[in-house]
Amino acid sequence: MAELEAGTTTAAQRPRPLSPHLQVYKFMLSYLMSGLHRISGFVLYFGVLLIAWWLVAAAAGPNAYGNFEWFMGSLIGRLVLLGYTWALLHHLLGGIRHLIWDLGYGFEPAEREFLALATIVGSISLTLIVWVVGYLAMGGPR
Amino acid sequence: MKQNQILTPMRRVRGLGAAHTGTQDFWHQRITSVAAIPLTIALVVIVISLLGRSHAAVVQILGSPIVAIIMLLFIINTAYHMWIGLQEIIIDYVHEDKLKLVTLMANTFFVFAIAFASAFAILKLSFGV
Repeated sequence: MAELEAGTTTAAQRPRPLSPHLQVYKFMLSYLMSGLHRISGFVLYFGVLLIAWWLVAAAAGPNAYGNFEWFMGSLIGRLVLLGYTWALLHHLLGGIRHLIWDLGYGFEPAEREFLALATIVGSISLTLIVWVVGYLAMGGPR
Repeated sequence: MKQNQILTPMRRVRGLGAAHTGTQDFWHQRITSVAAIPLTIALVVIVISLLGRSHAAVVQILGSPIVAIIMLLFIINTAYHMWIGLQEIIIDYVHEDKLKLVTLMANTFFVFAIAFASAFAILKLSFGV
């Protein structure tokens, strides 16, 4: 009967195994990039409202499109678009990093650090490049 | 059955798991992420090429077949990708049953609303009604 009692109590009383969460990991660049991938994805989830607003405004007519242009041209609008640009490019590069891992490459410590560094340096550089090209396409800042 | 190769042995033994879809969300997130690479680059190029242009020019370019098709693919692919992504975040952090139900449902509503509004706008620009 001892076995039976042990069997009935363990299922109910033994603490269930838990997944390790944020606090157990040492802070590293790869850790920060993992968090930023999710955060940038979360930001982009709501950032897609900008795309929807843009398309619907263009379809609605010149007045609606004018309102959209006015907002995007304002300081707040430009900051929002700058943030959206960075989140988009960071999530893009972070996603490529995950696909590299999915294929089984890049798990060595030095490779992980390189990929993490490449993600953040790449996303900031690409954001700057896209904005410079954007301003050049408009014929300079205005 | 190529897709069965990515199933875990446990899934094959026990069926499809708690969500009854096994690794489907994981796999579909990978498919949409690969598709998102060229589509995102295309979006950036399209947006830059439209900066500072008049409404009439924007309508003409967005409504042209190639651009409209790329934008539709971007919207559909992004909608599915972000639906899976936010669902994953909700499942990770929201543990209260009713709140989880409400947020999962809100996720679906939001994604459908965004996708349909954007797709409708692109089609309207394209067909010029």
